[in-house]
Amino acid sequence: MAKPALMPYEKAIELYEPVLGFEVHVELNTKTKMFSDAPNFFGGEPNTNVTPVDLGLPGSLPVVNEQAVKYAISLGLALGCSIAPSSRFARKNYFYPDLAKNYQISQFDEPIAFTGSVEVELPDGRLFTVPIERAHMEEDAGKLTHVGGATGRIQGAEYSLVDYNRAGVPLVEIVTDIIYGAEGDAPELAKAYVSTIRDIVVALGISDAKMERGNLRCDANISLRPRTAPGEPPAKLGTRTETKNVNSLRSVERAIRYEIQRQAAILEGGGTIIQETRHWHEDTGQTSAGRPKSDADDYRYFPEPDLLPVVPSLELIEVLRAGLPEAPVARRRRLKADWGFTDLEFQDVVNSGLLTEIVETTKAGASAQSARKWWTGEIARIANQRGVDASSLVSPLHVSELIALVESGTLTDRLARQVLEGVIEGEGTPDEVVAGRGLAVVSDDGALIAAIDEALAAQPDVLAKIRDGKVQAAGAVIGAVMKAMKGQADAARVRELVLERASA
Amino acid sequence: MSTETPPSESARPATSANSRPAKADGDGAPGEITSAQVEHLAGLARIKLTPEEITKLTGELVAIVDNVAKVTEVATPDVPATSHPIPLQNVFRDDVVGVTLTQEQALSGAPEHDGSRFRVSAILGEEQ
Amino acid sequence: MSHDLTRLTASALAEKLRTREVSSLEAVDAHLDRIAAVDPDVHAFLHVAADQARATARAIDARRASGDLSADETGAARGGSASELAGVPIAIKDVLCTIDMPSTAGSKILEGWVPPYDATVVAKLRRAGLIPLGKTNMDEFAMGSSTEHSAYGPTHNPWDLDRIPGGSGGGSAAAVAAFEAPLALGSDTGGSIRQPAAVTGSVGVKPTYGGVSRYGAIALASSLDQVGPVSRTVLDAALLHDVIGGHDARDSTSLRDEWPSFAAAAREGAATRSLKGLKVGIVKELQGDGFQKGVTQRFEEAVALLTAAGAEVIEVSTPSFEYAISAYYLILPAEASSNLAKFDSVRFGLRVNPPGGGTVEDVMSATREAGFGPEVKRRIILGTYALSAGYYDAYYGSAQKVRTLIQRDFARVFADVDVLVSPSAPTTAFKLGEKLDDPLAMYLNDLTTIPANLAGVPGISLPVGLAPEDGLPVGIQFMAPAREDARLYKLGATLEALLEEKRGHPLLSEAPDLAPQEMFASEEGAV
Repeated sequence: MAKPALMPYEKAIELYEPVLGFEVHVELNTKTKMFSDAPNFFGGEPNTNVTPVDLGLPGSLPVVNEQAVKYAISLGLALGCSIAPSSRFARKNYFYPDLAKNYQISQFDEPIAFTGSVEVELPDGRLFTVPIERAHMEEDAGKLTHVGGATGRIQGAEYSLVDYNRAGVPLVEIVTDIIYGAEGDAPELAKAYVSTIRDIVVALGISDAKMERGNLRCDANISLRPRTAPGEPPAKLGTRTETKNVNSLRSVERAIRYEIQRQAAILEGGGTIIQETRHWHEDTGQTSAGRPKSDADDYRYFPEPDLLPVVPSLELIEVLRAGLPEAPVARRRRLKADWGFTDLEFQDVVNSGLLTEIVETTKAGASAQSARKWWTGEIARIANQRGVDASSLVSPLHVSELIALVESGTLTDRLARQVLEGVIEGEGTPDEVVAGRGLAVVSDDGALIAAIDEALAAQPDVLAKIRDGKVQAAGAVIGAVMKAMKGQADAARVRELVLERASA
Repeated sequence: MSTETPPSESARPATSANSRPAKADGDGAPGEITSAQVEHLAGLARIKLTPEEITKLTGELVAIVDNVAKVTEVATPDVPATSHPIPLQNVFRDDVVGVTLTQEQALSGAPEHDGSRFRVSAILGEEQ
Repeated sequence: MSHDLTRLTASALAEKLRTREVSSLEAVDAHLDRIAAVDPDVHAFLHVAADQARATARAIDARRASGDLSADETGAARGGSASELAGVPIAIKDVLCTIDMPSTAGSKILEGWVPPYDATVVAKLRRAGLIPLGKTNMDEFAMGSSTEHSAYGPTHNPWDLDRIPGGSGGGSAAAVAAFEAPLALGSDTGGSIRQPAAVTGSVGVKPTYGGVSRYGAIALASSLDQVGPVSRTVLDAALLHDVIGGHDARDSTSLRDEWPSFAAAAREGAATRSLKGLKVGIVKELQGDGFQKGVTQRFEEAVALLTAAGAEVIEVSTPSFEYAISAYYLILPAEASSNLAKFDSVRFGLRVNPPGGGTVEDVMSATREAGFGPEVKRRIILGTYALSAGYYDAYYGSAQKVRTLIQRDFARVFADVDVLVSPSAPTTAFKLGEKLDDPLAMYLNDLTTIPANLAGVPGISLPVGLAPEDGLPVGIQFMAPAREDARLYKLGATLEALLEEKRGHPLLSEAPDLAPQEMFASEEGAV
């Protein structure tokens, strides 16, 4: 891929106003699929979690999962949307091998939820209101595997394989209105928005929300418009591109920044932006052109004749509203107070997009401070090194178990970092890694005393110095003992014991 | 038959991938069907028509559309549309797992598979 | 002996099975013999499952012998274990999915496809102890009025083998009319049960939309399709409707209504024969110009019988029916273009690789070009057009509005009358090939039957006689308000009884016997 010209970011923002829009797909964690009673589970053996409906077999018919409708209404309410008194499904017609019926059952002119907003927090603590146009229900497609060619990508593949286990998994698509005013914070706003949606669906308990698994997917629309002098009317909106395949919070931020720089360079060079789909490549940090979007895209939407309108009662809506978790901003204020974090500490958490992880880690038993320390410290460091989201590395439950092991004295911080590494490498739970790698602290004083006596005997000069009151000389003995214990000893306890034995 | 509560149409261009022109326009008045149009429709419908079929179908469609276009005579704005012959609403299923097909059953009708997945020729188009 | 059994109505055969005068195996063998004798000429069947049918018959006979089969006089076997029809053979339109027989919908694109599941109606048949003989021919994906659009060759009308048996369910109607099966299942999207019944002298019912499950019926137009019975008598249709009807959780459009016994309604109608208090509306728009003279004549004679039996007959007007065909030929292709998108060579059915290979898109396009017939392509392209950006409101949107107007017309006239009546089809059976090159002329054949599909109301066609000019059967159609199917069975059975009383025998006994005479040692008269 040739490296396209990029304009320095600051200059791009000086010349152009970025205009944004997002489509976020949330996979719901219902037990069954949107329109069939197959399990909503798509790992495992291909084409086993399917019924005739999911394979689009001739004669099969969809039936709506009531739980998915309730989840969609809850999400709509959490986004501050109005719930449609009557909404209906529509068919979106297009051919693609992962789409079993060659139409997707979605919603078009009557979505379940419309007109809302979400408050998100920018890195400097400023609140920004993202307007929501609609949230609608639809079904996911199957999974394609491209075989042959160099990279497993679609280009150059010899053939493709289709697994329909994911076909029919319930989705809610959240579509924002046009977002103006993000200015230079556009990349950070994008990340904060997706992170907030993630916090909301996790708090609602309606999605596993793992971006790396595709539970939460973001398509980012972006266009630039030239700035005009004060007093002049604003310029017309620029042509937009839609960036897909943005599968981490980190990528959302990077992709937006990249597109702003790329589009600005084209416009500045007198070129025009092509309205198209662009694919984000995590490895190269670039986007590449997909199929151009044009009027030829004709989805021929029409009301789904196999399904009936959804007309939620006011009672149902009120019951669901009463069950909503608090709004993100209020929740953040409460958590900050509950946890006793400083402004700086809390902002660090929010900006890292790890609020959900820390909440879940504390729910599993850890203290908020320990959770914060691990997630924004060691885990974030490794994630950064690997270019992935911290949340994709390790589960909050395992982090909480790790913290418990440290707090009980089973692990030192240094050992705990090794255990974390083992967990990330897939060696099992922290307990299993401790056992597997033999990493537990030696807390048996007998074993320590034996090692200390041996070290003292080997270094009689040191023993003499300690006895003379030169306590700092003990360091050499402690070092030898820790080395003999392969680091699996609590250094403070070793020091205590060395002084005890020396004076014995 | 149902309360219409469309989202705001005006504020959609930057975010919505889908919009439909409000009424017939652009491509010519209803009733005018050209062979180029038939070819385009066949492409949308994934049917590789022969040139002879395109010519024949164009003539037939012109005649058929001439006839069926009379629906526009009485379809005045005050008449609501009917999608379902018998009005029902809120037809739902409980979220309970049922019986699935076995992998063997799922693949039983496939023209080609690798033992667990359906096999298709290379895809050059992009995902949508 | 075997010929005799094929002449029995389903209810008469059921009676002989119940009394164990004949076995189910004998009944099945008789029909298989009849199929072997006449189907080479009629071509009603695409697939005959002789071995499976015999095995099922033996099992039913064994259950009956062990007292395991509870006959239910009311036919209230919906979802139950066995019905009054247990042991009776039946033919199944190839549009319905059957786990043990190919299900092709008359298309090359599904040649040899055996579904991994049964349609709900087929499962209900099996539970009720009916015995599937095989699958019947049809216009490809039920698109047609003559069965000439079957990819497997046309079915021939038993009354005149040079003529069409109607469509799309010409195979089911011809099988019943040619005594190859006492009963058959059909599907009716715009008349595909009623028009074939009319032109073959059999009985066909399109139930209220949602009255019979569509799950496993290969969809043509989802908002119009309805599965229903095909038979030689009104009572037989009612008995079969009792078996296949009722709510199905797998079909969202299925009604949850508690239905009365249609067989009881038919028996009551045949017994009382009085139509006092019944108001019948003759639909002004479904007669006159364009209707064959003999069709009108037999229709008027039948209406006179209704009047004589005490019915009050008035003429009613439904002006919007004039737009029904236009609306239908927009809604149907639109829905069909989407329903038929699944035939793409990936998960089932035909795959055609273009010369030199190609992308999956090329393979799909080549498969659909080779696998679909001309009428299917015509309607897919028309439907794609009707749904396209820029045309949707003018065409599909307008058609859905016409649907509202038609429903309003029905509601208005049903405030005044209990049932509507019209000829079932404008003409008797036309010659094979006569309208094949004129799709519009073919479409006009559905003029009388389409309004019921657009409004979801039930309709029945039963034979009223032969047109004097060509000696071919003429059908009468009754339509009732939605959910009032029982009214049609009661009235239909009354008229059927009155006609038979007048004629002295069932109309179908006048049909030519297609079988070579030497095959049967002794001929007995018609039943």
